[in-house]
Parts: sequence; structure tokens; C-alpha cells
Amino acid sequence: MAEPNHARRFTVLWVVASLIATPLVIVLLGPILPPGNGSQQASGHVTDNTVLLAMATPVLLLVVIYLIYAIIVFRQPKGGVLEGPAVRGNQRLQTWWIVVTSILVVSLAVYGTVRLEEDGAGSGGGPSPVVVPSGKKLKVQVIAQQWEFTYRFPEYGGVEVPHLELPVNQLVELHVTSLDVIHSFWAYQLGVKADANPNVDNVVYVKPTHEQTFEVRCAELCGIWHGAMFDHGHVVSQEAFNTWIAEQQTKYAAATKALPPYSKTYLPEPTRRAE
Amino acid sequence: MSTTIESHSQPAPVRRPLLRRLVGFNLLTAVLLGVAGYYLGWFIGHQVSSGKSFKFISATDENDVALLLAYLFGVVGFLIGLGFANYPVSRLLGKHASLREKEDEGIGRYFGLCTDHKVVGMQYLVGIGLFFFIAGLNAMLIRTELLHSTPTTIAPNQYLSLVGMHGAMMMGVMTSGVLGPFANYFVPIMIGARRMAFPRIEALTFWLLMAAGFILTSTIFFGGFPTGWTGYEPLNDQAVMGMDSYIVFFALVGISMCLLGLNMIATIITMRAPGLTWSRLPIFVWSVLATSVLMVLAAPMLIATLAMAALDRTISTSFFMPGGGGSPYLFENLFWFFGHPEVYILALPGFGIVLELLPVFTRKPLWGYRLAVSGMLGVALLSFFVWQHHLFVSGINADLRPFYMLSTEIISIPTGFIFLCVMGTLWKARSSFTVPMLFCLGWTFNFLIGGLSGVFLSDTPSDTDTHGSFFVMAHFHYTIMGGLIFTFFAAIYYWVPKMTGLRFNERLAKAHFWLMFVAFNSTFMPLFVLGMKGMPRRVSSYAPNLHGLNVWVSISAFVLGFSMLIFLFNAVYSLIVVRLPAAANPWRSKSLEWQVPTPVPVNNFEQIPVIDSDPYDYGTPLGIGGTEPATAGA
Repeated sequence: MAEPNHARRFTVLWVVASLIATPLVIVLLGPILPPGNGSQQASGHVTDNTVLLAMATPVLLLVVIYLIYAIIVFRQPKGGVLEGPAVRGNQRLQTWWIVVTSILVVSLAVYGTVRLEEDGAGSGGGPSPVVVPSGKKLKVQVIAQQWEFTYRFPEYGGVEVPHLELPVNQLVELHVTSLDVIHSFWAYQLGVKADANPNVDNVVYVKPTHEQTFEVRCAELCGIWHGAMFDHGHVVSQEAFNTWIAEQQTKYAAATKALPPYSKTYLPEPTRRAE
Repeated sequence: MSTTIESHSQPAPVRRPLLRRLVGFNLLTAVLLGVAGYYLGWFIGHQVSSGKSFKFISATDENDVALLLAYLFGVVGFLIGLGFANYPVSRLLGKHASLREKEDEGIGRYFGLCTDHKVVGMQYLVGIGLFFFIAGLNAMLIRTELLHSTPTTIAPNQYLSLVGMHGAMMMGVMTSGVLGPFANYFVPIMIGARRMAFPRIEALTFWLLMAAGFILTSTIFFGGFPTGWTGYEPLNDQAVMGMDSYIVFFALVGISMCLLGLNMIATIITMRAPGLTWSRLPIFVWSVLATSVLMVLAAPMLIATLAMAALDRTISTSFFMPGGGGSPYLFENLFWFFGHPEVYILALPGFGIVLELLPVFTRKPLWGYRLAVSGMLGVALLSFFVWQHHLFVSGINADLRPFYMLSTEIISIPTGFIFLCVMGTLWKARSSFTVPMLFCLGWTFNFLIGGLSGVFLSDTPSDTDTHGSFFVMAHFHYTIMGGLIFTFFAAIYYWVPKMTGLRFNERLAKAHFWLMFVAFNSTFMPLFVLGMKGMPRRVSSYAPNLHGLNVWVSISAFVLGFSMLIFLFNAVYSLIVVRLPAAANPWRSKSLEWQVPTPVPVNNFEQIPVIDSDPYDYGTPLGIGGTEPATAGA
């Protein structure tokens, strides 16, 4: 029996499988990828995750189909002691592999950079972000401490509230900082994550696109109740937000007076053990 | 491989009198001196910190000072008890001292300072196995707690201690998981040497690691530590005394790693047999060399970082305390400058084992030898330029994120070389699916998933969703457990017949592989989904809607744990109870280590071999023919 053309058979298998699987992944998995369309940044992540998944699919199939093919076809017969071909490489294939993977990888990095610089991608951008989206911004300070987040609105008399509400379709400038150890502010549905470091003002931008309830979690280990550092926030209409913030200002008027004046960071006392 | 260069006669076994053996330098003396040192350090620590002379030691730090000194004195006592001071002291006094220690003793040489690299290799295998088992049990307890969405079985502080111990022990002790047992044992034989370059340092790395593992385990007596294996400040400074165990543990691991790496580099560069040029070096030795370079360059950073953390905790310095002018960013930067090369220290030996074993079981030469070597060296080099991808959302150097995104994604190019070499070697092969081969194929699948999931983490926008979540956790378990641990078992099944002259029961071994492979994927694949659904790492309470998937993961994890018990049973049953004898060269390997007698003589070679080819001389030029069994060796 003549040896079949393995290279051709495998290539056909892989190309067909990729042509079927990649669109399926985009159409079926794409829409359910995290974190949903809660904000401009979150929708951007869904696109990015879909692009990465679509690029990963043919690579995954290449190796997996190859492995299965090799395991099924290139076997030692039972009890046999056959030797394989003494091939020690293939210069052309190696060169092509390097070229193709390099192009793939560099284009991924370029794509990631472009997407990051578009709107900050909801990722903590440090005290003075390079990319500042244009438009009127609502400033909100996120203050993390063991084990809760509170929120301060400098444009509303510096009132500090225990739960977050944001107006819809309004660009928000979050200033994330901590009073003790490192935390990380993670608003899942809004596609926002920024570490809360003591003595650092970590700025991140987000623009919620519809009214919703979103989850707030801590994403950096901060002590025993790290897992319980969980809350819900709300995105509401501009009118509802105005009513809500006015209520909060009245409710916490006394507390606001007692607070230290609004500042980008609050230098903590040197932390000492509770012993 | 036959020309005689020099010959070396074996030393005759010497039996020392029983009394001399009991009161000499051995494990018993070591433990006694270790305990004595511990209490001495504890006493001195309290003396210096309770007086008025050192005002910068606050009352709450007194116990930390005492515990740190206790650990340090204890370790020094332990090492002196083992006999590490004998040689330098004898030389200082101008006396004759033995260059080779305990190489001539019977079974006792496994329980003390021995400079025979084969004994150290066996010691490493058992010692590391012990801590691997403890760390695995921690993982089982973690998954037990996660059967519930609120803290139920285990108190939150104990849960965090378990997470920290599991992570630190796996990242610390298993760093030497391949280099300790297999590189120490086989690198000298593979390169045609009679010993390592620094045999006493080689023994020191092992005993330091054991002391370190014991110290980390002792954290449970001091309240554990809440920081996970990363030990981030200022949580580190806030933590109770158990944190000091973590600091001393990791510093000792760092010293052990650094010395192990230095020893390997010196051995591989200077002690190769005649004719063993760089292009004939076995690929496993190349991977050990690349790993060793990383160890030597990265580990000192860890030791320095932990020294600063210890000073912050004890004498109120402020390297990492924002309140005193320091910065937690400094800790993150320094830690990951060690931490990222560290994960490649775990991955690279796996590459080496897979590429070393595949030619044997495919009966083909290694495909793309030079590509594989450049892949490993490329990974090693690039691993020093990616560390801030751990800090994408931290706000540190936010302008540099595109650079770290690029460097991180570029590192997948040399990693891709390794995959191409694996695939090239499998092409038109004559593969036999023995147990080591199955583990190598398992590695290929696992590391592929690990690598592809890494693409999501290296992309800053996508990382915003996945950072600090179970997605990351799944990713690095695929690369470390799926990468290192799978090849660790491949190496065990492949090389233990050489190390012991005994073999494993194959049916049990295959059951171990299949159960481990299926349970591993069933455990960690759903974690990607959990992470994407928003479950953070290191939590003992999570959203109720994630409960079902967590129960699935926990049950899979228990099955995974059970597969390890199959291995343990097999090891005890086959190697100790029934003692199944192994063939001299059961895999028909052409590599040098299989050409020496079993058990390997103390001096490895009667005559130093002369090497005239690389060890991958398999296959026939035309491909399909060839029915003769390969003749073993030259």
C-alpha cells in the first residue's frame, strides 16, 4: 500500500476545521463573552476577547488536530521495533513558522495597544493617564479599605457614600485609592479594574451605556474578608442620579463635615499589627 | 564513546564503628542542633528587643525579631549538625579533610550530607515528593472549603493560610522539582562527568530546601499568613508572626535556587566529556542550563526583597510603607522581577524533558535541535522583560503597558519553537505510547491551553477582565501543573528505572496518567469560565450563582488528588513491596545515562567516554524501513 500524502491530508483537515470552527466561535461564543455591554469599555472588551478567541481557534486546532492525527497514524506496530525517518529538521518550514508566528504576535500587540489607547479600556491608568477621553467628566473617588469600598463625589461637596450610583451615558473619571493595603476595584459589568494602592491616585475612565445593576468586587488579596468585599452598584438615569446625590448630601451632611477635606490620596498612618 | 582518557578506581567501602556513626554528623545531630539554635535565637531575639537599647523595635515587633533570629540560628545549627562546617573548619585548622563525604556508606548516606550527586538526586526526589504531597493536601482543603459559597468548613484566616502555603510551597519547593532530582542525578552522567562541579554546595542546596519547607510548614503554629505566595506589602507588614515563616522560607529557597543554578552552570560549562560540543549537548542539559541562568539572576532579587520586608516588619524601616515614605509598588516591582523569571524556571525544565523523551519513543532524531535550543534561550532572555504584565491594572508605569504587552506576546515566539520541534519530532514517527510518552503528549495539550489563555492575559484590555480572577489561576495551573508536574511524572516514570533498577507497574501507571489527565482538565477548564464570570482569586466567599460550577471543580479536584494516591500506591507497591526489576535499558534509549551500569557506580564511568554524536541518533535515512532493534550504545 502506498504511503498517503500526510501533509496534504492534515492541511485539508486543519483548514476545513478552522473554516468551520472560527466563524462558529465568533457567532456563538462572541456574544456571551464577558463582561457584556454595560459600558463603552465593556463592549470594547467583548470585541477584544472575540478577536483573540478567533485568532486562538485555528492555533488550537492546528496543534490538537496534529496531535490526534500523529497519535492515530504514526504508531509503532504492536511489538514492533521500527525506526522512524532520520529527519532532523526542515529549514524552509522553520523559517515560515518563525515569520508567521512573529507577524501574528506583533499584530496582536499592535491591536492591543490601539484598543488600549482608544478609551483606556477600563484599566487602571495611574495618576496621570496618557489617554484622556474628551468630554465632560463626572469625578468619583473610590476609597478602598479593609474590607469595603466607599465613594466620594468632589463635585458634590465631597460627600462620601457607601454604595455607588452612576448616571447613564456620562463619562466618569474614577480616582481609585486605598487607606491601608492594596485592593483592586473591579466593576465587572462596566469592564473596569484598577488597583487601589495606598498613597496612589489611580485614574480610570468608564462610560456606562445603559441603566443596570453592576457588581463591585475586590480583585486583589487584601486580608481575610477579601472574598466578602462585594457590593452592587447601579447605573441610573441622569434625573434619578441628581435626586439620589441630593438625598445623599442631606443624609451624610454631618459626616461630610467630619471628613478630612477631599484629596487625591489620604496618607495612611503606618500600619501596625492589631496585637 | 570508547577511547580511554583516564581511569579511576572505586573507593573501597569503609565501615565506621556504630558509636562513631551515632555521635558523628548526621540527621539526628542536625535536628538536635537545629532545635538548640532555634531556642538560642528566640532567647537572643527577646533579649535584644525587650531592652531599652533598641527603641526602633516596637513592642508588637518583639516576637517577629525573636522568630526571625530563631529560624536563622536554627538553620545554621541544622547545617552544622549535618556537617557542613567540617570541611571549612578543618581546612582553617590546617588539617586534612575529606573531599568526598559519606559516598562510601550504605543506606545511611541517604540520611545526611552526602556529596554523591546520585544520592543527592534521590534525596531531592523523596524530599520534594513529601512537600509536593503536603502542598497537594492544602489544595484539597481549599477545594473542600469552596464546596460552599460562604466560609463554612474552614475559618477565613486559615483558608488564606492554606492558599498561601499551597502557593508558596508549590512555587518554592517545586522550583527545584526537576532540577533537584533529575538534573542533579543525570546532568553529570549525560555530560560524561564523574561528579558535579561543587558537590558540597550541591548537598547544601538540598538541605537548605528541606529546612525551608519545614519552616514554611511551621507557619501553622504562628498564625499562618494572609498574603498568598506573592506576599504583597503592606498586607505583609500587617500580618502576624506566620508571615516571618514565609519570609525565611522564601529567602532560603532563593539561596538554594541560586546555588543550584551556579553549580549547574559551572558543571555544564567546565565538565563536559571530550567531544561533547555545544551542538551535541542533550536538549535536557540545555534546558537545565537556561533554567540555571534564570535562577542565578532572579533569585538574589527575591532574597533582597524579603530582607527588606523583614526589616520593615522588625526594626520599623519603611521600604514598602507609604506612611513612612516607602512604596508598595517597590515590592511589586522587585517581587515580579524575580517572580516572572520564576515561572519560566518552572516551565523550561518541562520543555527539556519533553524534547529529550520524544525522540526515544518516536524512534526519530530530535527535530530542529538548534530551533529548540534558541527557543529555550529566547524564553530565558525575554522572561526578564515582561514582569510588569502582572501589574497592568495597578497604575504603575501605565505608559509602559504597550511595551510589556509587546514583550509578553513576543515571548510566545520562542515558546512556539518548542511546539514546532515537538510536532516535527512526531511527524511520520514510530511512536510507542509508553507512560512517559503519554505524559509528554499530555504536556503538549496542557501547555497549549496554558499558552493560548496567556494571550488573553497579555492583552491589556482583555486583562482588565481576567486579572486577579480565577482565569489567571486556571492559566498558570495549566502552565505549571499541566507543564511542570506532567513532565515531572514523565521524568519519574522514565528515569526511576535507571535510578533504582526497579520499574513501576505499567497498568497502574497508565491508570494514573489517564485519571490525572482527565481530572486535571476537568478541574481547571471550568476555572476559565468561573474567572470570566467574575470570580476573584483567593476568596472563600463567592457569588451564589457560581456554586454549581465550583462543586464540579471541587469534585474533579478530589479525583485529581486520588490519581496522586494511585501513583503513591504504585511507587510503594512496585518499588518497595514487590520490587519489580527493570531492564537495563527498557526504552532502548541511546542517551549516555542508559549506557552506564545500574546501579550507577560511585564514579559513574570506569573511563570517561569520548562523545562523537548527539544522543538522538535514531531512525533510518529512508524512513520507513528498519526492523532491527536498535543496538544499545556504542
